This record gives sequence, structure tokens and C-alpha cells, in this order.
Amino acid sequence: MDINEIIKPENLVYKKTKLFTEKPLSYCPGCGHGTTHRLILEVIEEMGIVSDTIGIAPVGCAVLAYEFMDIDMQQAAHGRAPALATAVKRLMPNKFVFTYQGDGDLAAIGTAETIHACNRGENITMIFINNGIYGMTGGQMAPTTLPGMKTSTSPFGRDVRIMGNPLKITELLANLPGTYYVTRQAVHTPNAVRKAKKAIRNAFEYQKLNKGVSFVEVVSNCNSGWKMTPNDANKWMEENMFPFYPLGDIKVPQLEKA
Amino acid sequence: MAKVKGAIVIDVERCKGCCVCIPACPQDVIQIVKEVNGKGYQYAFPANHDACTGCINCAIVCPDGVITVYRVKVES
Repeated sequence: MDINEIIKPENLVYKKTKLFTEKPLSYCPGCGHGTTHRLILEVIEEMGIVSDTIGIAPVGCAVLAYEFMDIDMQQAAHGRAPALATAVKRLMPNKFVFTYQGDGDLAAIGTAETIHACNRGENITMIFINNGIYGMTGGQMAPTTLPGMKTSTSPFGRDVRIMGNPLKITELLANLPGTYYVTRQAVHTPNAVRKAKKAIRNAFEYQKLNKGVSFVEVVSNCNSGWKMTPNDANKWMEENMFPFYPLGDIKVPQLEKA
Repeated sequence: MAKVKGAIVIDVERCKGCCVCIPACPQDVIQIVKEVNGKGYQYAFPANHDACTGCINCAIVCPDGVITVYRVKVES
């Protein structure tokens, strides 16, 4: 059968969601940000909440997220996305509000905002991209950098005696009473992408219940910061990041367990 | 038994040549070409198109969402 006979509108099974703007993504080749953006937009499209969703863009690589997502977006100061999301959700409780933050934003400069928003139990969804590095500014060490991992500010590897221990912020947040759903996913293989999409869908669905923060961590690669090709970075992530940041649900609502 | 045939269309001008789709494809359909696109990236190309089953694995891992997938059932 000729290829041109298959390529017809009635045979279409997968196409990039219409909620992406025409702008090409500014991320490096192979970066997990693009995939995560797409999953969020697909979930929003499938739930039919396009006009009821407000996203909060962070500071970091995803600072221009509002340029790529064709939904209502706000831009927060560095680390302050949960504070802004709190305000938006309290003023418009019927809207779906999500923040999209990296590890430098959520786990370093915005730790106070993150922890307090989660502790207060704001009814928002937080998407956290963890690549263990400050990608935008040139690969400096972040709180989530693994022990022994080389970055531009820890060229001999992270020494935990001098530079402190890596912060497992997702486990920390799962202990707070205000979080309702906490999970950790990845987007480097087709299987992981399908699971991550389900997790993001759950996170948005739980927002309807008004029970607290739904938090999705996405362990991602930063091939430019790690100085690897995208596929090598994905392999390195499987071998080094996943033992330290194991994938899976960390806090599941009690209703589901029963 | 019905056989499934697939086809993919890659937006070469938006492809960044990251190669993430290549290990994701169970049929080894995709390869990277030697030529470059307008941005200077070597882009992905469905070299072994006849083997494609339209499983959408390549499309869902593509960070830039440049792959569109079509699938059809062929009665044999």
C-alpha cells in the first residue's frame, strides 16, 4: 500500500495539539520540557477546560511557557508561582490553576512559597520539572543536583560535606497535610509518557474536589547542562537519577486505596 | 487477518534532530538524514516507512511534537 494512500485526514491517529501556538519551542533538542508542555495541553484539551484554565509560568527555561501555550497564562517572579497561583485560585475558585516550575524555581528560591502553599492546602496543581541543574543559566548546581554530579559550579562533583545534601522536595511535600496527590514521573520513553499523562490528568481531576495541592514531579533530562546527547542523557538519567528519585506515586488519596 | 499499516509525517523545519524518536520506534523506521534544515539541524526521516505500524510511540516522545501519525487497517 502506498504511503500517500495512508496519509489522509480520516486515518489520522495522532497530531500535535491545537493548543500549542505556532511559535517553535525554544528548548534544546531532546529536552523534556516540550513533552511535558504537550501532555499538559493534551490533558486540558481532553478535559474540555481550555477556557477555564489559568497557568502560571515560572522563571527558568520555561519562562516563555506563555508564548507556547494557547491558554490563559500568568508570569510569576522567580519562585513565586505558588503564591500567584494561590491568589488566582482564591479570586477565581472555579478555574483550574496550575503552576509549571523547574527545580531551581520550586526547590531553591521558591522553597518558602512552595512549602507554605502546600501546607495551606491550596487547590492548585503544581507541575515540577526536576533535571538536577540550573539549565537556563548555564548548568549551575541546584538543590536537586545528585551527590558527585558534575556541574559548572561543582566541577569536581557535588561534595555533600561542603555543598550540602540534595533536596528531595517531593517527599518533603508529601509529608505535609495540605497535599492531596503527590507523584513522580518521567517523559523519556513512550511508556513513561503515557504514565505521566495519566498522572497529570489525575492531578487536574483532583483539583475539582477542592482537597488540596496535587503535585506532579517530572524527572527530566538536561542534555545541554549535563553535556551529553539527548539519548545518552536519558540513559544517564535512568542509571543515576531514578535510583535517587524513584518513579511512582508517593501520596495517593485515601479514597483510591479503599 | 487484518494488518495495520502506518505512516508518519515529520515537520522537518521544526525537527531539532534530537534522535529521541529513534529508540522509541519498535520497528526502526526512523533515521537521521545527512542534510540539514533551515535551522541547521539534521532532521529525522522515515527511512524504513513500510515497516511502520502507526503505534504513535515516536510522536508521543517527540519533545517538539513534529510527528503526525496516520494508521489504516488493510484486509489481506
